[in-house]
Amino acid sequence: MAELAVSGIILGSIIALGAIGVSLIYGILRFAHFAHGDMMTFGAYIAFFFVHSVFSSLGGEGFRLGPLTFGPSLIIGIFGAMAISALVALLIDRIIYRPLRQRRAGLVMLAMSSLGAAIILRSIIYLVWGPQSQAYSRTIQPALFLPLGIRVKADELFIIGVALLLVIGLYVFLQRTKLGKAMRATADNVDLARISGINTDRVVAYTWVLGASLASTAGVLLGLESQLMPEMGWGFLLPLFAATILGGIGSPFGAFVGAMVVGIIQQTSTYYLSPAYKPAVAFLILILILLVRPTGIFGRRTPWI
Amino acid sequence: MSLLDVSGVVSGYGETDILTGVSITVQAGEVVAIIGPNGSGKSTLMKTIFGLLRPRRGEIIFHGESIAGLAPDHITRRGVCYMPQSDNVFPSLSTHENLEMGAFIREDGFSARLEEVYSLFPDLFSKRNARAGSLSGGQRQMLALARALMLDPTLLLLDEPSAGLSPKLVDTIMSKILEINRSGVSILMVEQRAREALKLSTRGYILAMGRNQMEGSGEGLLDNEEVRRLYLGG
Repeated sequence: MAELAVSGIILGSIIALGAIGVSLIYGILRFAHFAHGDMMTFGAYIAFFFVHSVFSSLGGEGFRLGPLTFGPSLIIGIFGAMAISALVALLIDRIIYRPLRQRRAGLVMLAMSSLGAAIILRSIIYLVWGPQSQAYSRTIQPALFLPLGIRVKADELFIIGVALLLVIGLYVFLQRTKLGKAMRATADNVDLARISGINTDRVVAYTWVLGASLASTAGVLLGLESQLMPEMGWGFLLPLFAATILGGIGSPFGAFVGAMVVGIIQQTSTYYLSPAYKPAVAFLILILILLVRPTGIFGRRTPWI
Repeated sequence: MSLLDVSGVVSGYGETDILTGVSITVQAGEVVAIIGPNGSGKSTLMKTIFGLLRPRRGEIIFHGESIAGLAPDHITRRGVCYMPQSDNVFPSLSTHENLEMGAFIREDGFSARLEEVYSLFPDLFSKRNARAGSLSGGQRQMLALARALMLDPTLLLLDEPSAGLSPKLVDTIMSKILEINRSGVSILMVEQRAREALKLSTRGYILAMGRNQMEGSGEGLLDNEEVRRLYLGG
């Protein structure tokens, strides 16, 4: 059970990076971004490209970082995935979402168009990398033994570490920097933000950069935990939204807490149920919150962080 | 030369004109009140001056330069700040962060200004780490006023500063407005509470149906029989 909880935290770390982006985008742009899962996949494949094509000499057999299954190439791959995904997100916003915003399209229209963006992203992945599964490394990794009889792989500790680092970084950014505060202000009251002279277009751009960077990292970590498949992010959308809504939609901090809860429940459920039901568990959580407490665990008017 | 000179402004939302030709002036150092019945176009006038709405016709001159049709952030940079009627604070930000956002476009350090603003509103200083959404109605209105002061404006536009406040708090906010004015800020305000507003105003305008109806000194309007009967409730 303790081990399942730990694997829940690992899963929760990955969900968190995606869910925080969904929450940020909802907070600033006011729509459910259904392309977020495929943005994760996209990031994972960009990193795959870096690992196996560009910097293949910095990884693979004989060049690994300590007990991890990968070399520095994956670290470079994460940064590369962040940068390219951010650019792609800005491009998608420019081509699809911004024209809709300017025409004052409703929330449903924007959400539907993000579904379209999701399909485009996935099709690109199928075209370039094909439908077969891929992996960053095929190395078999021995588990480390921790107290309480918990077995965990070094890669999994890396996953938790990266997620924590990014979440803390984002927290500091939103709480301490002028731009971060401007983002929170824009999420709170966009009209007053404009009146105060905040350039809300710039805030929107940074929202995409942050959301896409976090999502692509989540994708890489998910790929590292299992393998890369074109549908991996799409299938991840359910826990992503369950976590976002559980934490109170629009609240990045809430999304982090929600992600941990969803991750742990999903993993511990495999003690009783077949792991095949994991998505159903996420769906059940989603339905339950919407029925019982649609404003999320922290209630109405969630503080934005 | 007037500080603000609005002449013959026609403005509104979409196809409909709310203002059909309004002219007002504010001289440096004045408190000017705009009163009138609901739907007379008071708030529309404020939004048009501040650039949230584009005037279809007419001129808006501030400090001798036209500001008609400029975006709000450009107007802010010229020294005009605006306090909206509702939703005028960032609820999930702390009091302090709200003031920081008020100073967003300042490139210089604003700690001196922050101190001045806090000394004008000591209540806000004791609540500086509280979320604005948790403040009382009166404190929130003070914060909205304080936020608009962070840029050291020459002219402050106030859209119903007393909205939703109890009579006692109306007096408090009106005395704050007077204090702000004495520190050298000219004030143009729209008020539903005509009597209280005219009491502290140098001059007042009465708008009705999107046009100027009457104007005069604050006291003059208060003493005017017709104004009393039509707009001050006897």
